[in-house]
Amino acid sequence: MGWFFIRLWALLVYLFMFLPVAVVVLLSFNASQFGSFPMTGLSFRWFVELWQNDAILRAFQTSMILGGLTALISTTLGVLASLALVRYRVPGANLISTMLIAPILVPEVVLAVALLLFLNFLSINKSFALLLFGHVIFTLPFVVLVVQARLVSIRRDIEEAAMSLGASPVQTFFEVTLPLMLPAVLAGGLFAFTISFDDITGTLFWKPGGVETVPTQIFAMLRNSISPEINALGTVMIVLTVGLPLLGAAIARQLARKSGG
Amino acid sequence: MSVERREARQPWILLSPAMAAITLLLFVPLIFIVVYSFWLRTATGADQAGFYLNNWNEALTDPFYRDILLNTLKIAAITTIVCALMGYPAAYFIARSRGNKAILLLLLMLPFWISYIIRTMSWINILGVSGAVNSILIWLGIIDEPLQMLYNETTVILGLVHFLLPFMILNVFVSLDGIDETLEDAANSLGATKWQGFLEVTLPLSLPGLAAGGLLCFVLGAGTYITPLVLGGSTDAMFANLVFEAIITQLNWPLGSALSLMLLAVLGALVLIYNRYLGMAQLMKGLG
Repeated sequence: MGWFFIRLWALLVYLFMFLPVAVVVLLSFNASQFGSFPMTGLSFRWFVELWQNDAILRAFQTSMILGGLTALISTTLGVLASLALVRYRVPGANLISTMLIAPILVPEVVLAVALLLFLNFLSINKSFALLLFGHVIFTLPFVVLVVQARLVSIRRDIEEAAMSLGASPVQTFFEVTLPLMLPAVLAGGLFAFTISFDDITGTLFWKPGGVETVPTQIFAMLRNSISPEINALGTVMIVLTVGLPLLGAAIARQLARKSGG
Repeated sequence: MSVERREARQPWILLSPAMAAITLLLFVPLIFIVVYSFWLRTATGADQAGFYLNNWNEALTDPFYRDILLNTLKIAAITTIVCALMGYPAAYFIARSRGNKAILLLLLMLPFWISYIIRTMSWINILGVSGAVNSILIWLGIIDEPLQMLYNETTVILGLVHFLLPFMILNVFVSLDGIDETLEDAANSLGATKWQGFLEVTLPLSLPGLAAGGLLCFVLGAGTYITPLVLGGSTDAMFANLVFEAIITQLNWPLGSALSLMLLAVLGALVLIYNRYLGMAQLMKGLG
């Protein structure tokens, strides 16, 4: 009896989470020229218009480059730091861990203001570099958390076995440790990319005039009214940020099954 | 001897890039805005370095700032409570489900991957003048004119709940999943009703997860300025909106620094209290 209500409640919570998003996807295929109900028919015209909208394409390009560079830098820093924390006995490891996750504990608005004002003082104005620094700093803690969690499960004795068989430390790292770490590295990178791709809070503080990322572009378009183009852009983003990781995970599982069995 | 020394140095070489980045891009800038908040904005637009209390005086005594700060904390508190009430049963369902837990969890994680701005603006499609709810009500003949449901404090809270609920569910789930189910059975066999067993065994054991989820919801909710801009009316500004206004619109950076530090002090105090009593480990479990 109680369980029935808990189930019903959970179902309603899931509906609450997903219905609004489903409506965005539904409306992006609406043939009507207003971004709203009623649906007058199915059409891809808004996706075609997206493709022809230079401002959106530029924003998309900016977001991809920014996300890619953020992922690269953040993952490199995060993996090195995680290796140190998992593999060595570092004095003050707790304090260092807290330091590394500090960017999550500071409200993003405050982090944004501090970075903007300090770098401006150093004569680094609002620029792509500022955006990149900002994105690296607030994605780093997530990379550290994700990578650390996975590194713990890699057994040290496999490396020791390689070394005792004559591999040099460098060889061991590239031929044993790195392949074993690869899933953790990729997961960290994907996480950093998605967080960067989605960010708007810090980005609005740091972006130079005229430069837009996809979220700030959507935000700017919302000022007018909600157009079907925004829904179409939303659908593209959902496919990118949800579909690709799911696809990646599915392929990885498929490959693992093949090589395993 | 030298091998040992190299061993001891290696972790610091690995740690130094990340530590340097965080020091230079977070800690030093935070100290810098403390200094900046005592500078003075002048009519020429150049900020006068020095030790002036004007900004702090304005930020701490002007009732305008105080009211918005209190309102921000109120909105964050309501959001957190609603998230707890909605999220706890859902997390309990996932943790105790006999079905496919992995799929249920995956569904729960999906919103994390869907853009925040998309999820926020999606409510315009639902509650807007020509949104789903109005269209259905008009189609059913219940109303003739669309209802004005958007752009008020309630829709701001709704948007925040939609954004923050997964954080709550995930943290409660992590906590519940670690509790031995047979504990409740044991309570039942000793004569407790199902409800008593839950209230006196499971609920207290899951409180750390509830607290971690609550902290995240509150801190993230109180620090937002996008949700009120998208879903709020002209009078629904939250404290972070004031920071944004001061820094980006008015270019009053000294005042903006003082306001940022006020927000940091209030939310930082909460994090410290949490850390003092529950420790950061619980929070990290839910995030990692």
